[in-house]
Amino acid sequence: MNENWLEIGHLEDIPRQGARVIKTPAGEIAVFRTVDDEVFALRDKCPHKGGPLSQGIVHGKKVACPLHDWKINLDTGLAVAPDVGCAARYPVKVENGQVSLSLTPSSAGIPAGELA
Amino acid sequence: MASMNNPHAPLPPEGAQSAPSGGRAARINDPHASLPPEGAQSAPSGGRAARINDPHASLPPEGAQSAPSGGRAARMKLVLVGNGMAGMRTLEELLKSAPDLYDITVFGDEPHPNYNRIMLSPVLAGEQTVEQIILNPRDWYAENGITLHTGKKIVKIDRKRRFVEADDGTRADYDRMLLATGSKPFVLPVPGADLAGVVGFRDIADVDAMIDASANYKHAVVIGGGLLGLEAANGLKLRGMEVSVVHIGDWLLERQLDEPAARLLQKSLEEKGLKFLLKKQTAEISGGSLTSGPSPDGGGVGEREQRVHSVKFKDGEEIPADLVVMAVGIRPNTALAESAGLYCNRGLVVNDTMQTYDPRIYAVGECVSHRGIAYGLVAPLFEQAKVCANHLAEHGVAQYGGSMTSTKLKVTGIDLFSAGNFMGGKGLEEIVFQDVGRGSYKKLVLKDNKLAGAVLYGDTLDGTWYFELMRDATDVSDFRDKLLFGRHHLGDSGAGGGAGDELSRVMALPDTTEICGCNGVCKGDIIKAVREKKLFTLDEVRAHTKASGSCGSCTGLVETILAATVGGDYSVAPSKKPLCNCTEYTHDEVRSAIVENKLKSLPETMRFMDWKTPDGCTKCRPALNYYLLCAWPTEYQDDAQSRYINERAHGNIQKDGSYSVVPRMWGGLTNPKELRAIADVAEKFNVPQMKVTGGQRIDLFGIKKEDLPAMWKDLSDAGFVSGHAYGKALRTVKTCVGSEWCRFGTQDSTGLGVKLEQLTWGSWMPHKYKLAVSGCPRNCAEATIKDFGVVCVDSGYELHVGGNGGIKVRVTDLLTKVETEEQVMEYTAAFAQLYREEAHYLERTAPWVERVGLAHIKSKVVEDEANRKVLAERFAISQKPAQVDPWKARAEGEQKHEFTPITVSA
Repeated sequence: MNENWLEIGHLEDIPRQGARVIKTPAGEIAVFRTVDDEVFALRDKCPHKGGPLSQGIVHGKKVACPLHDWKINLDTGLAVAPDVGCAARYPVKVENGQVSLSLTPSSAGIPAGELA
Repeated sequence: MASMNNPHAPLPPEGAQSAPSGGRAARINDPHASLPPEGAQSAPSGGRAARINDPHASLPPEGAQSAPSGGRAARMKLVLVGNGMAGMRTLEELLKSAPDLYDITVFGDEPHPNYNRIMLSPVLAGEQTVEQIILNPRDWYAENGITLHTGKKIVKIDRKRRFVEADDGTRADYDRMLLATGSKPFVLPVPGADLAGVVGFRDIADVDAMIDASANYKHAVVIGGGLLGLEAANGLKLRGMEVSVVHIGDWLLERQLDEPAARLLQKSLEEKGLKFLLKKQTAEISGGSLTSGPSPDGGGVGEREQRVHSVKFKDGEEIPADLVVMAVGIRPNTALAESAGLYCNRGLVVNDTMQTYDPRIYAVGECVSHRGIAYGLVAPLFEQAKVCANHLAEHGVAQYGGSMTSTKLKVTGIDLFSAGNFMGGKGLEEIVFQDVGRGSYKKLVLKDNKLAGAVLYGDTLDGTWYFELMRDATDVSDFRDKLLFGRHHLGDSGAGGGAGDELSRVMALPDTTEICGCNGVCKGDIIKAVREKKLFTLDEVRAHTKASGSCGSCTGLVETILAATVGGDYSVAPSKKPLCNCTEYTHDEVRSAIVENKLKSLPETMRFMDWKTPDGCTKCRPALNYYLLCAWPTEYQDDAQSRYINERAHGNIQKDGSYSVVPRMWGGLTNPKELRAIADVAEKFNVPQMKVTGGQRIDLFGIKKEDLPAMWKDLSDAGFVSGHAYGKALRTVKTCVGSEWCRFGTQDSTGLGVKLEQLTWGSWMPHKYKLAVSGCPRNCAEATIKDFGVVCVDSGYELHVGGNGGIKVRVTDLLTKVETEEQVMEYTAAFAQLYREEAHYLERTAPWVERVGLAHIKSKVVEDEANRKVLAERFAISQKPAQVDPWKARAEGEQKHEFTPITVSA
């Protein structure tokens, strides 16, 4: 698969255990950085009531939606059971500390890492 | 590629790679951070070894060492002997936390997969079928890669060569073994106990035999008037038999009930048609050739065996019996363990980690003796399972300290509950309510103003609440007069309670009744989820339905529905409540560890306390952040990423993702200049809506996050600071007009309100915290539903604490009365600090006051002047770094990344 990589900034621009909002022509995308510096990107909308996932608490490889505390897996976009739902994932990569994002959503169900 | 550990990141590579916590520690201004990482690591393990009282801890099986988590090729072998509830619950817990650690083999001597033994009573009563009580069908074992041997009884354990052998010769090797062989019914050593037609009440085979007998015979005798005996008798009666219950004691259920409650129970069971023979001792069970009906053992080989036909008592009386159910008690089934040389003493003896004297062999359930107690109820067994799984998974943290148990009888239409020391005695006080006509009886036993035991008959809805009061050792002196009437008579603080006052009333509600108003969950939804998803605990019901997951005020109702649906003691609260699922420790244990061990960062705390997750969850991170901030106000560096969004963004997030902004208006006072400034800001940023808040402030809605810093700059330039309307923090000081204008005012309530707000603003609290000052007892500022309320009177100031509006309104308690404003200020600071230091995170003052008792608070704040001054001084110290306006700081660029989106174009 060929992605168009867009440079969005430095790894350090994203707070560890936090996220940044990326405004793109395809809408708002949240880019997360976990405690061990893994980086993931999801559409900034909770599958539950559309809450901005970028504003949630990042723990492990999950983010908790700030509106109703749904937990979303960062690597799959899937809600943690028993909740059911899915946030679109976007390929993201880090090279030499530079974070790049593709606006072509990943296909559902495949962990983000296997696409990049 | 997406997820990576980049060695070229401009971080010091060691920080990024070796341990994220290392990187953090470096950033934190911590004098102890200069410790080498090894220091940090060796400390917790040292602490752990000391904390766990485990003589075997130093002998881990070789398997544990030679096969670390990476060794997928050579997994350890785990054998479970006993396919019952305790053993299987342990496996379920183990699979949750370490699914790949073991190859698991399960042996069960019954021909069935794991089923819910507690529900045998409803099966006997014809209310459920065997299929309905299967917990883990065979598919489940297959899906989880577990080898299941049913109908095979293990007859030998070779501990030297580490294998077990079943009666059919099947062998299985083990690296670790879990024994969960349960219990056996105790059979009275009387002649005839081995006759056909004499059964226990223990497994599906027993139930089948009883159902069979009920179809062919008339007279049933149940020996034993305990829980099991009564449930068996009730079931057999429902199946049409004439049932007599024989009991040696003076009254039924003497281990669960006192005499008055037992008499009520006996009366209602007699109304159902059961007969009781009390104070009777069985002498002999007599048999004869088959007297009536065809042979019940249809699959039998046609042998003419002797079947029971009567039961004789020591006093000479004899009654007819075609079926005798032995329900005089259970004995731990330790035959196998004993034959393997494992130390048993009224049960297989285990330590606090559920380990037997052979460190490779663990044991849980009814076969076990822990600190001299063998438990026969399911709630303790599940607690044991959790601890045991933790050690099998090699987390090595959890400890089992014994359980407090409570009892419910599963006879439809009869509600009884008992827990603790309900008999009373020396040094104990009793509160009793008895209404024979209504069939209602309640007895509470108190010791030193704490609940020590309870018996409820007829109305058991408050059983769970009483059990919690016992578990938490709550001081009940403040509501002792209302204690007997239940939680909902307290007008309490949203901690629980419910609309109904009877279990039967709750269960009579239609399925469409909304139980959880926050999440719109109806009674039928809860029952459906409990049945279909086989839920056992309140937490599981919360996870699946969200019921009681938000404000928690319907917790009591949800528990009642859960208990009534699955039966019995499932719903009982655990004897110790961990802070969250990441730890075994309670709020109080975590707090004192932080102070005593001088833990000064989140990673350090999690490491020291053996957190089960790498970086916590949404429950523990904000709590720990607060506890650290409270303990080390001048040193701790706040962790923004462990704060809820409102506190991180210093505004209230709204449903559309925009924020609301509330500038502080001291004591609710304002003037044209301020109002003009707010109006200008509102126009400049196109604020779509403005509102006056309940706390007498002005709220600006619909602000885009990226506009916040610019808006704050304008507000800051006009002299405003943050109103903290978003925080677990001091919110507002509400005031009435007071003596300056009001013809009734006794003191300057507005002026005092401004002073109190200047004293307390900026302080972080366990939960939101509101003050009010009323100028006279007419109380226009509603000070008596605030966390801290001042009511001015002619002679001084009344200080009231622990009130709130909200879901459950709670009126304050009077703390004391003082004479001067200076005293008001000192008490305000001291009470706030005591709350900050003692309450659990997210516990408002109202439930905190109820939990610790007003007497405790008075002793610390009112009666002990020196302590009051120390508390006020500590409050003052923590206020110095806290009273920095977060809005101004952010308008000047702090945490800029939080408010600035990154824009890209394709």
